[in-house]
Amino acid sequence: MADKQEVLQKVQEILTDALGVDEEEVAEDASLVADLGAESIDFLDIVFRLEKTFNIKIPRGDLFPEDLLSDEQYVQEGKITPEGLKVLKEKVPYADLNEFEKNPDVSGVANLFTVGMIVSYVTDRLAS
Amino acid sequence: MRWFLIDKFIEIQKGKYAKAIRNITLGEDHLHDHFPTFPVMPNSLIIESLAQTAGILAGYSEDFEQNVILSKITKAVFHRMARPGDQLLLEARIVDLRDEGAWLDASATVDGEMLAEASLMFVHWRGELPSGRPLSNFVFNEEFVSFFWANLAPPSIKEKKNSPSAR
Repeated sequence: MADKQEVLQKVQEILTDALGVDEEEVAEDASLVADLGAESIDFLDIVFRLEKTFNIKIPRGDLFPEDLLSDEQYVQEGKITPEGLKVLKEKVPYADLNEFEKNPDVSGVANLFTVGMIVSYVTDRLAS
Repeated sequence: MRWFLIDKFIEIQKGKYAKAIRNITLGEDHLHDHFPTFPVMPNSLIIESLAQTAGILAGYSEDFEQNVILSKITKAVFHRMARPGDQLLLEARIVDLRDEGAWLDASATVDGEMLAEASLMFVHWRGELPSGRPLSNFVFNEEFVSFFWANLAPPSIKEKKNSPSAR
């Protein structure tokens, strides 16, 4: 079973390379978008690097459920609907949704994606 | 018309590696503005040269069937200036080629001296037109592919293409 600290270190290296940031900026609670400046194309790059480094296959939408955001059933008037929140919770159990639920604005979804969320995801995948 | 920033390929190994050259000359108008009295090929255009080498390698590796779009310059380091009279030796290596896109490392050297290094990411663009018709290959269209085989392709792969056993 993979050590969480070991995974964190590798994830930090990946994000340092993929986003061109300093390693000390890649704290566990750092948001990929708000703190590390990730853009949509970076998510594809990050998934690729995670797959290669940890030798796992990450199905599309498994780690970053971007498809959900373009589904009218789950997004109405710029907010995630209650159904959408339910799906989001299922899809990203690694993200902390408590604060987000108070104002489920679509623009805030990207902030849910943190370094720690990736570490939890990868640790779980390696354990299963 | 395309703005080619490579002159020809010397070698292409499908799915792996490509080597191309690009000669810089004072006949290029833009060099006289960058900079007046001191012509230097802009680093952004060196990236374009590397991206063309890498992108065409990625495209050729999949028989030019994908729309290969440069989407991210993950790393770019420049070690010296590129000036008229220099011949850039452009090399690209495929790190990974997958369904979603291609990841490559590329470098430019002049007389064996490192000039620039870059890591590039390309995505495969598959879309459809509002009419629902699939998007045709606008990156490697027919005009490009015939130009490639007539002018850019290295002799080694031309021979393979023309040999009866390859058909």
